[in-house]
Amino acid sequence: MPAVSKGDGMRGLAVFISDIRNCKSKEAEIKRINKELANIRSKFKGDKALDGYSKKKYVCKLLFIFLLGHDIDFGHMEAVNLLSSNKYTEKQIGYLFISVLVNSNSELIRLINNAIKNDLSSRNPTFMCLALHCIANVGSREMAEAFAGEIPRILVAGDTMDSVKQSAALCLLRLYKASPDLVLMGEWTSRVVHLLNDQHMGVVTAAISLITCLSSKNPDEFKTCVSLAVSRLSRIVSSASTDLQDYTYYFVPAPWLSCKLLRLLQCYPPPEDGAVKGRLVECLETILNKAQEPPKSKKVQHSNAKNAILFEAISLIIHYDSEPNLLVRACNQLGQFLQHRETNLRYLALESMCTLASSEFSHEAVKTHIETVINALKTERDVSVRQRAADLLYAMCDRSNAKQIVAEMLSYLETADYSIREEMVLKVAILAEKYAVDYSWYVDTILNLIRIAGDYVSEEVWYRVIQIVINRDDVQGYAAKTVFEALQAPACHENMVKVGGYILGEFGNLIAGDPRSSPLVQFNLLHSKFHLCSVPTRALLLSAYIKFINLFPETKATIQEVLRSDSQIRNSDVELQQRAVEYLKLSSIASTDVLATVLEEMPPFPERESSILAKLKKKKGPGAVTVELEDGKERGELNGGGDRGGDAAIAASNASTPSPSADLLGLRSTAPVSGTTPSAGSLLVDVFSEAGPSATSAGVNDDGFLSSAPPTVASEDPAPPLPESDELLNKFVCKNNGVLFENQLLQIGIKSEYRQNLGRMYLFYGNKTSVQFVSFNTTVSCPGELQSQLNVQTKTVEPLVEGGAQVQQVINIECLTDFIDAPLLNIKFRYGGALQNISLKLPVTINKFFQPTEMAAADFFQRWKQLSQPQQEAQKIFKASHGMDTEVLKAKLLGLGTALLENVDPNPENYVCAGVIQTKAQQVGCLLRLEPNAQAQMYRLTLRSSKDTVSQRVCDLLAEQF
Amino acid sequence: MIGGLFIYNHKGEVLISRVYRDDIGRNAVDAFRVNVIHARQQVRSPVTNIARTSFFHVKRSNIWLAAVTKQNVNAAMVFEFLYKMCDVMTAYFGKISEENIKNNFVLIYELLDEILDFGYPQNSETGALKTFITQTGIKSQSKEEQSQITSQVTGQIGWRREGIKYRRNELFLDVLESVNLLMSPQGQVLSAHVSGRVVMKSYLSGMPECKFGMNDKIVIDKQGKGGATEEAAGKRSGHQSIAIDDCTFHQCVRLSKFDAERSISFIPPDGECELMRYRTTKDIILPFRVIPLVREVGRTKLEVKVVIKSNFKPSLLAQKIEVRIPTPLNTSGVQVICMKGKAKYKASENAIVWKIKRMAGMKESQISAEIELLPTNDKKKWARPPISMNFEVPFAPSGLKVRYLKVFEPKLNYSDHDVIKWVRYIGRSGIYETRC
Repeated sequence: MPAVSKGDGMRGLAVFISDIRNCKSKEAEIKRINKELANIRSKFKGDKALDGYSKKKYVCKLLFIFLLGHDIDFGHMEAVNLLSSNKYTEKQIGYLFISVLVNSNSELIRLINNAIKNDLSSRNPTFMCLALHCIANVGSREMAEAFAGEIPRILVAGDTMDSVKQSAALCLLRLYKASPDLVLMGEWTSRVVHLLNDQHMGVVTAAISLITCLSSKNPDEFKTCVSLAVSRLSRIVSSASTDLQDYTYYFVPAPWLSCKLLRLLQCYPPPEDGAVKGRLVECLETILNKAQEPPKSKKVQHSNAKNAILFEAISLIIHYDSEPNLLVRACNQLGQFLQHRETNLRYLALESMCTLASSEFSHEAVKTHIETVINALKTERDVSVRQRAADLLYAMCDRSNAKQIVAEMLSYLETADYSIREEMVLKVAILAEKYAVDYSWYVDTILNLIRIAGDYVSEEVWYRVIQIVINRDDVQGYAAKTVFEALQAPACHENMVKVGGYILGEFGNLIAGDPRSSPLVQFNLLHSKFHLCSVPTRALLLSAYIKFINLFPETKATIQEVLRSDSQIRNSDVELQQRAVEYLKLSSIASTDVLATVLEEMPPFPERESSILAKLKKKKGPGAVTVELEDGKERGELNGGGDRGGDAAIAASNASTPSPSADLLGLRSTAPVSGTTPSAGSLLVDVFSEAGPSATSAGVNDDGFLSSAPPTVASEDPAPPLPESDELLNKFVCKNNGVLFENQLLQIGIKSEYRQNLGRMYLFYGNKTSVQFVSFNTTVSCPGELQSQLNVQTKTVEPLVEGGAQVQQVINIECLTDFIDAPLLNIKFRYGGALQNISLKLPVTINKFFQPTEMAAADFFQRWKQLSQPQQEAQKIFKASHGMDTEVLKAKLLGLGTALLENVDPNPENYVCAGVIQTKAQQVGCLLRLEPNAQAQMYRLTLRSSKDTVSQRVCDLLAEQF
Repeated sequence: MIGGLFIYNHKGEVLISRVYRDDIGRNAVDAFRVNVIHARQQVRSPVTNIARTSFFHVKRSNIWLAAVTKQNVNAAMVFEFLYKMCDVMTAYFGKISEENIKNNFVLIYELLDEILDFGYPQNSETGALKTFITQTGIKSQSKEEQSQITSQVTGQIGWRREGIKYRRNELFLDVLESVNLLMSPQGQVLSAHVSGRVVMKSYLSGMPECKFGMNDKIVIDKQGKGGATEEAAGKRSGHQSIAIDDCTFHQCVRLSKFDAERSISFIPPDGECELMRYRTTKDIILPFRVIPLVREVGRTKLEVKVVIKSNFKPSLLAQKIEVRIPTPLNTSGVQVICMKGKAKYKASENAIVWKIKRMAGMKESQISAEIELLPTNDKKKWARPPISMNFEVPFAPSGLKVRYLKVFEPKLNYSDHDVIKWVRYIGRSGIYETRC
């Protein structure tokens, strides 16, 4: 860009700016600006033509005023005029103004576009560059629409100057980023790719940015760039530092271009062509070799440039993950950096190593640096570096070094920075669980964890300990002993008290033989902590006490005394008070048998995704945890107690969708007795049902899921139908649409229509939660002889139901012959890992296939008499369960599907209906008479049809309706 | 209570900084500068909350006074204090300017120590302060004077010392009013009120007991009931009475007496004091009527004609009349013709300013202007801000009249008749605007 010569300097502008800078107050500044604006307005009035210089000067002033934060609503025209000037400085100011102050004013845009078009087609490279810069600076959709076709042409034209090509490439990149749909490369693709071969390094650098962006969107079209990029890279890498002249930066040849080339290659898998691949590997080796060479300069720029290329190369190697040799070399190189003086380098090395650790080829190589990394964790001054070190330790951990790493992390935790403690705790907890060989080590580790960093141990961690202790009976005794010892400490963390309370409550009997830990000693130990704890912990301790009464009858008197004390039984906290009262009553009224049943030992927990892992994932965001799948496998083998191979796989597939509710469920099932959700109304029932034998199966029912089968028995068989499904069925005898079923998770709506012997039913499954249901599956089955009576066809539904979404299922029904039972609908899905299994009766009843028949009184009685055999008639006399409103009754009878016949019965109070039931096999005529008795609130219902089963069934169905 | 007080110049440099409480840190000084003085958007609220700290500021010319607190204080009290502080400084060294503040900073710190104690405002009466904070250095004081100071600082009448003697007992009373108006283009009054002050300058010997009377409607009505009919009472007072909406008094006025009898009695401080402030909204005499006429001729021209009519006794003369006619933001040229006074287009203020030195009552004058506009691509319509006006008239637009001011000094031998009394009325424009 030519420098502004002395003659071009705008004195007026300089004076104005210095005036503004000298203003003493804001008011003075505004006054000065108003004055200047008035002056410019009078100049732009159009009385006399302004010369280019003054136009430029005033436009400049306007721009300056605009940049000070004032609105400018004139002068655009003058700026556009400047665009057509032939002087560089005037054109430049014009473009500057347009780039800063463009607005979508239609007429001006047209003029501007015209001016740009002129400049683009001019032969003057500086003008072309100005125009391209303006397009890129504005970067609006309108600009893209106008010029997206033009710029690629300039970019690939043979006679375009290099500097213009650079601008064109970058301009196109900008337009592509702003509105990718408008920039269509199509025919230009191959020519753009060939820009990589351009002689001018600047053009290549600009083009490669464009190509990287384009190829990340549609890699296939730009596949050819790989070989070109490799050859370019090899030329740069093998060149001497002086070959590239202008593009050598502190003895490093073209570092930016090299980085960009390496980054472009990361968009693609390793090249298939052997020659290309060989060349690339050679390049990467050269880069690694160069890192070993002594530096050519002591300047920091030199090492920065060199290392930038090196790190980019290493990430390419990691991306390919196929060259064991290179991976190990990269790892060694990074190992050297781990001890480098430069903190940034150490940080980057640790970060790259984290990814290297997940590769099978370099995992071992990474492990050799364990001492250095542990040292880094302990001695680094920068917390972000320490964080990376912790990440790396986590990533490189496997069965062989787990003990060491966990021990180191634990010992570091005592002095760790507060900001990373919680994450460290989670990591320790996960590693300890994942690589636990013997469970006493695991229990030791976690209890240590709680002791050292209790405040940072989240709920999930201690839930998990309890889950594992309960599921593994070989560790229970040890756990009880260890917590007992841990609780001896004068000050222990509340989480420790929670774990202690729970474990001693469950397994205190295992250590009661020792006189040093006799039941009373255990109880006194726990109770000594009671008063220092928060309400939820106290509630848990109270539950532990009642378990003590069950386990050790000799403590009953002491514990009852405690429960009876005013501080418990009259506690101001409702939850505590209630527990105290209920436990006291339970212990004094219930016999030992009842007590033993109610307070039976917790059954093993169902295996589900570790809530801790979910939490860590939530903390770090998706994608940060690289060991999920492996983790799933490990867990499967670790909890080998049950046959849960498939379960683990599902958990792993679930792992990709972090489900907060999984934690929630985990929470409830971990401590059902601690009843974390006091439901105000039915507390008594709740507590008993939770502790009761039916619900101790850890199928946590305090949400009132009536049919969600307990996960422990979550087999693939459909659950038995809901107890109230018959009631549901009755609801739909007289109507076709409505809500069939609803619970906390799911709502099922129904819409159906019937014609003759055919019916179509639409089921709408609404997910009421915010979490998706996976493996959603519904089946409709016809039990027993129904199979031959009804033909039901269903369309399958999508296996995924997003949170808050609704899916529809169509069911076609054909009635072959008359039937009694209803088909069963079974719904299975996984909600946050837990299998939900619901069975319902589909409201398909025989009356749905009624065809109304109109007939006169005489006809009716004639037919009535024809059907006079006793088995053809069904009669029921029953009490009205709803009001005897005429309109409601009529509506119900019509809803039944029959025709309501007026003026047939001599008694106007009575209702008479007629209809034909259409089945594939036969047609069954049906006559109905309903005689209400308002005084007695009774009905007599008489049905006559040509088939005895039909009369009986319809009569039964209808009797429930009134 | 007030935690600290800072004084800044226009650049935001701290001239005076006095912290009274520990909860105000040094960074509060910078917080105010950054968020208020140097704010990108002009801060219009006088109270600013930054990080749970409240800043109350007033601006005098280019000087910012900011009181800082972390507590929930009475904002009106803080502002009253800040105004008082300004008055005190003006009384000590004249105009509040950077120069004066820099030259008197020792004095200002001394004053700040005296009038605020641990953030609680103390006696801020100039007269009282001047007896013990002097600019002429410490004079050795006699025992008597010292005891006087003590009694004054602690005594019941803190605003006046004993033993004042004048050869001529004189008294000046100024009624200063500012009239505010917003009028529609058709001449309909949209809102109007007068806020007034009664300022008294007294040179009286001893401890005189004064009683002030004016044509307050409540007082007149009460008297009327006591004597003849109300009509007669109105006649006797010569003029109609006025309804005062609200008023505040100087601390010397005995409020108990005012509440009981609505009589204003007091022992005045020596020298100048503001006896009362009041506000009225009914029956306001509007001294001027502005009749605007704006016509848009096409997109590039605007014709404005403004007529002003004076509406008071022909014998009175209004002074310093200034009419400010706003011009659109895309004005490119203005031609003005006026019959009287001088008119000029001030581009820096986006207004035509028309000045008339004086104008008698019941007269009228007019100005016409042609404004050329630059066509803009902005579709925003001109908001047409109101035409504002400034003036000064020698009467009270609220209609307030001083009926009497009686002086009793039982201990000394001068009576009410010996006191020379001067009364003056000045009515000024406040925000006096007419929409166009």
